[in-house]
Amino acid sequence: MAKIEVNDSNFEQEVIEKSKEIPVIVDFWAPWCAPCVMLGPLIEKVAEENEGKVVLAKMNVDENPLKSQEYGIMSIPNVKMFKDGKIVSEFVGLMPEDAIRQWINENIN
Amino acid sequence: MKEYDVIIIGSGPAGLTAGIYCGRYLLKTLIIGELLGGEISEAHKVCNFPSQKEITGIELSMKMLDQVKSLGVEVKQERVEEIKKEDNFIIKTNSEEYSAKKIILAVGRKKRKLNVPGEDKFLGKGVSYCATCDGAFYKDKIVAVVGGSNAALTAALLLEEYATNVYIIYRREKFFRAEPTWIKLVEESKKITPIFNSEVMEIIGKDKVEKIKLNNSKEIKVDGVFVEIGFEPDEAIPKQLGIETENGYIITNKEQKTNIKGVFAAGDATNNVLKQAITACSEGAIAAQSAYEEIKKSE
Repeated sequence: MAKIEVNDSNFEQEVIEKSKEIPVIVDFWAPWCAPCVMLGPLIEKVAEENEGKVVLAKMNVDENPLKSQEYGIMSIPNVKMFKDGKIVSEFVGLMPEDAIRQWINENIN
Repeated sequence: MKEYDVIIIGSGPAGLTAGIYCGRYLLKTLIIGELLGGEISEAHKVCNFPSQKEITGIELSMKMLDQVKSLGVEVKQERVEEIKKEDNFIIKTNSEEYSAKKIILAVGRKKRKLNVPGEDKFLGKGVSYCATCDGAFYKDKIVAVVGGSNAALTAALLLEEYATNVYIIYRREKFFRAEPTWIKLVEESKKITPIFNSEVMEIIGKDKVEKIKLNNSKEIKVDGVFVEIGFEPDEAIPKQLGIETENGYIITNKEQKTNIKGVFAAGDATNNVLKQAITACSEGAIAAQSAYEEIKKSE
């Protein structure tokens, strides 16, 4: 499955551990953040195109303050790519679809 | 290439209202926008839109978007890269090419940046351009809002719900441009401290924002800086089409026509006198009506 929901309690397993098998993109977002709501469908579409090569993990920062704090999230949308348990690339703010596609392609291999 | 009667560029209140009117005129219509809802979607509170006593910007935007979609208008989240005028207008986006008989430019404005050292470095690490998005991360922290407009004051009022101290750094000696209602609330707030006659010269920190330096060399310890110093016109599209502008804003007549036949403009991108959601809606409606009239005449 290309997209999963993660939270403070399963982050370790679904992101950190999972990223040792396949790159995991974490989309830190909140429903009151307009650019997050716009970015969501774009990143989901591109993740779906790359099904099997990457997993998209949606993280609602409003409901999950612990991990957001641990990763120093101070601006959303905030998107981080994890590989082998570590952040390899990240971006902040709304990006157009082609830029997201390029970012994913550059970082999954 | 997909063909449309009308293509609306921009998806804020002007573009969405133009879409609603075009939809009801049964015109084949496409709206292309990057941030659906536009600038207003990031507003913390909207209290001057008739019928909405108090609504968040994102809710208001979603209502407009929902209405326009229900009328069969297509909405695409793409970025326009090139527009050419041939028999019809050819619009190239980052992913496709479209043609339209008429176009309505409702492209809004770009947020102005501070252009000081540290601003880019700390983006996402204490520097923010969206208080509604990021305010909640500053619980029990100290923040500064830069600017003195409605956007700056409402950002400060939102931030006082989370932060212990909110400074407003403003270059003028008092609030000139903001709505009196917001000024009153700011003055009554115990957490908000305006610092007038001041400009931010540098944003300083190690891994994240730690302090700001003002023009009088005074330094203030802050955890976050919210930049709300207004907007500037985006001249890329008007220039491509040879559209006349005034200080970068598109010149229109009362029918929202520009100097180029078949091109209409509405909302904050135009040289109108009031840049508000309600005036943008009004101009969007008129632009749609004018486009419809021209299409009808040519058939």
